[in-house]
Amino acid sequence: MAKSQLSLTVNGKTVEALVEPRTLLIHFLREQLMLTGPHIGCETSHCGACTVDLDGKSVKSCTMFAVQANGADIRTIEGMAGADGGLHVLQDAFREMHGLQCGFCTPGMIMRAFRLLQENPNPTEDEIRMGISGNLCRCTGYQNIIKAIQYAAAKMSGVPFREAAE
Amino acid sequence: MNDQTQSSAQRAEALQGMGCRRKRVEDIRFVQGKGNYVDDIKMPGMLYGDIVRSPHGHARVKKIDTAKAAAVPGVVAVITAETLKTVNLAWMPTLAGDVQMVLADGKVLYQNQEVAFVIAESREAAADGVELVEVEYEALPVNTDPLKAMSEGAPVIREDIKDKKEGAHGPRKHYNHVFSWAAGDKAKTDAAFAKADVTIKELIVYPRCHPCPLETCQCVASFDKIKGELTLWGTFQAPHVIRTVGSLISKIPEHKIHVIAPDIGGGFGNKVGAYSGYICAIVASIVTGRPVKWVEDRIENLSTTAFARDFHMETEIACTKDGKVLGLRCYTIADHGAFDACANATKWPAGLFSIVSGSYDFPTAYCLVDGVYTNKAPGGVAYRCSFRVTEAAYAIERAMDIMAQKLGMDPAEFRMKNLIRREQFPYTSAFGWQYDSGDYHTALNKAMETVGYRKLREEQKARQEAFKRGETRELMGIGVAFFTEIVGAGPSRNCDILGIAMFDSAEIRIHPTGTGICRLGTKSQGQGHETTYAQIIATELGLPADNITVEEGNTDTAPYGLGTYGSRSTPVSGAATAMACRKIKAKAQMIAAYMLEVHDDDLEWDVDRFRVKGNPERFKTMTELAWAAYHEVPPGMEPGLEAVNYYDPPNFTFPFGAYVCVVDVDVDTGETKVRRFYALDDCGTRINPMIIEGQIHGGLTEAFGIAMGQEIHYDEDGNVTTASLMDYFLPTAVETPKWETDWTTTPSPHHPIGAKGIGESPNVGGVPCFSNAVNDAFKFLGTTHIQMPHDAWRTWTAAKRLGLHA
Repeated sequence: MAKSQLSLTVNGKTVEALVEPRTLLIHFLREQLMLTGPHIGCETSHCGACTVDLDGKSVKSCTMFAVQANGADIRTIEGMAGADGGLHVLQDAFREMHGLQCGFCTPGMIMRAFRLLQENPNPTEDEIRMGISGNLCRCTGYQNIIKAIQYAAAKMSGVPFREAAE
Repeated sequence: MNDQTQSSAQRAEALQGMGCRRKRVEDIRFVQGKGNYVDDIKMPGMLYGDIVRSPHGHARVKKIDTAKAAAVPGVVAVITAETLKTVNLAWMPTLAGDVQMVLADGKVLYQNQEVAFVIAESREAAADGVELVEVEYEALPVNTDPLKAMSEGAPVIREDIKDKKEGAHGPRKHYNHVFSWAAGDKAKTDAAFAKADVTIKELIVYPRCHPCPLETCQCVASFDKIKGELTLWGTFQAPHVIRTVGSLISKIPEHKIHVIAPDIGGGFGNKVGAYSGYICAIVASIVTGRPVKWVEDRIENLSTTAFARDFHMETEIACTKDGKVLGLRCYTIADHGAFDACANATKWPAGLFSIVSGSYDFPTAYCLVDGVYTNKAPGGVAYRCSFRVTEAAYAIERAMDIMAQKLGMDPAEFRMKNLIRREQFPYTSAFGWQYDSGDYHTALNKAMETVGYRKLREEQKARQEAFKRGETRELMGIGVAFFTEIVGAGPSRNCDILGIAMFDSAEIRIHPTGTGICRLGTKSQGQGHETTYAQIIATELGLPADNITVEEGNTDTAPYGLGTYGSRSTPVSGAATAMACRKIKAKAQMIAAYMLEVHDDDLEWDVDRFRVKGNPERFKTMTELAWAAYHEVPPGMEPGLEAVNYYDPPNFTFPFGAYVCVVDVDVDTGETKVRRFYALDDCGTRINPMIIEGQIHGGLTEAFGIAMGQEIHYDEDGNVTTASLMDYFLPTAVETPKWETDWTTTPSPHHPIGAKGIGESPNVGGVPCFSNAVNDAFKFLGTTHIQMPHDAWRTWTAAKRLGLHA
């Protein structure tokens, strides 16, 4: 099959590549760029394990073609840690609050949480629940994910984190 | 080191041993997207496999033409049953003693059954090939109803065994019959029913559902023709079992098979069994001499690899008129689909279903389970529960509510009256299980007090009055569930898989510098084993948990074990870990005595050291002893500091809990809102409360999914109508309730550290609690039992049937 030229930015680096027109963005990221953080959990856009940040939006990378990302600026979980290798506040928060178990949904969940906090730096619990409703987790029951996002939100805006009473 | 300056308590805290909320070791890689899951594996020359599946629920395969598929650029080969017959692998044995087609041999028995395996240079080429395999089918009559499976004239599902009178578990009474399995005392139970004041009988259905972990089942098979060795990476909850079964099936000697389970993206029972895709990938690698990856998609996962439940339980209780239970009877039809590929201990075709007498002091009980074949996918895995335990808990907990209703008693009060009393433990149930320990009344009392149970009932009464007056369209329901699990399979006298006793193992090596590695026969799928096993070692050996590596999943390096499911990791491998530590500690004590020039008996253990009794300034820390073990051992002693333990548990463990749920049901929309959910769990000794709470949150969420919406549904033509996340309910953060967790601690008397296991309790207790809550909302209108799942449509239908939509 004839291949298309693709030029985009991934985690701050310029990437030039040839892809089949039908290649999904998730396959391009995982198989050509070897960014295996984003995962595939369904093929119906429900689970969100493949979520990446694309031009300032959360995108399910299993539901768009790589060619549609031509010219885009993409950030995946691999681009979250600092240059010094230090964890991003959200990565630290997920560990601190036990917001993950098997780790399969985690990269997508953190990328979604990242964008959510960009859009709404101080979300309520309900806003977080709605905000991550496109990302499924089978292990945690979401409670500690929500806590992790609240914890990260507090840290990012420099206010002390107060755990809501159960 | 702070040996001199720190108190025992400070030193103990620094170890991060049992009881502390140690942060998880695994998370460092997972939060950075650096987990290593099967689909992340990429090997030079790797090929991809994809499966052609049956569109029919039941059909004869007249012809398979692979020519067009084979001509697709990139397609390397197409495998069918005919190919597999040349290596005698067209059929494979199941864990339950049946056989199963790897690829369709003559006919297909359920929709999406595997028909052919296309091997190609890329995923895309394999998918193109699948499209072009032409299969000619002749449709056959379909039966997807287990209650009709043994009727006269029902379609013959299994032609290969239709005349066999004897199955793997005894006589068969119909060509679609798999097995009959009974437990308890029928005559005594019938007698109890005959003299009872009050009896109830209800058909309680636990629908077919699916564990649906976020990562599907997948593998990479790589056969080295020169060495004659197979390496198989896969999503395996039980890697050693896969190696042994793989060797028995393929005839490759077991030492030439290397099974590796890397990080697993959730299992919940889905990843215990051996599936066609694995066998096909192995054969494909042998045929092509190249590594072959097989990754199922979500539809394939939901519709073929291992359903759960599908138990149809006619449950009866006999009682005195003042509410004392006299007997329990349960007759179950178990739908096993087209092949009996149930994941149970081999002697137990209905698993540990005879835990169905629950937490109550039944003088007598009897149960009978008939397994049947239908045109549905095979499986029967324990979806976040021990073998068939959630089915049993659901039956008894619904039945107890129904009986309370008939007696006019409060369901909590009725339970309280019949719970096994503390002084009765160890308690032998009517089915013969010996419950190890429990304090049920304390647990239920604590739950009722915490939620303000009496007040809730008063509020409910007022709301019912308001409903009758037409002032509200909402019904309030209060669900109570008290469950006892039977986990930690298992004692070798009870449990084996294909003859292998269900022990498990731990091998610990302490290095000269006082760090170490522990390898086990279990396999974490998110439970946090790398964190918690190290905590057991920290407490047992006085070495910091951070200095212990925990490794699982590689059959070449890990000691043999039966894997992780049925909450068996902590009860079995956790025990093995403690026992191996104790061997190491005993040796360390001898070394300490030698170094300190005292008798072994003159030493006492203090957190992380042996010290001389009465002279605590004279001591050797475990770190010092580790060093000494490699250069200063007593004469005649072997150097080194390591131990292995294979632990055959003396009994199962019996975790329990008391759950309360409050719901509000809108009768016009059928929607149920969970106002409150309180879960009190007793899992014995608590190793890491943070992880325990996480397990409970997750298990309750899966219970919520099952009770409120999950169903693998087949229509009459054999079409599976809920095989993608479009139709199969996985709760999102929006629907998922907020969880309140609580605990009591009743250690297991037979377990080295008193732990019982926790991962599955919330599913076992949660499902009946939700269902009881929804049923409780309606019962004042005269209903006894509304079937699960309680989604809006079914609930709305129930309200309509009751004439509430006038």
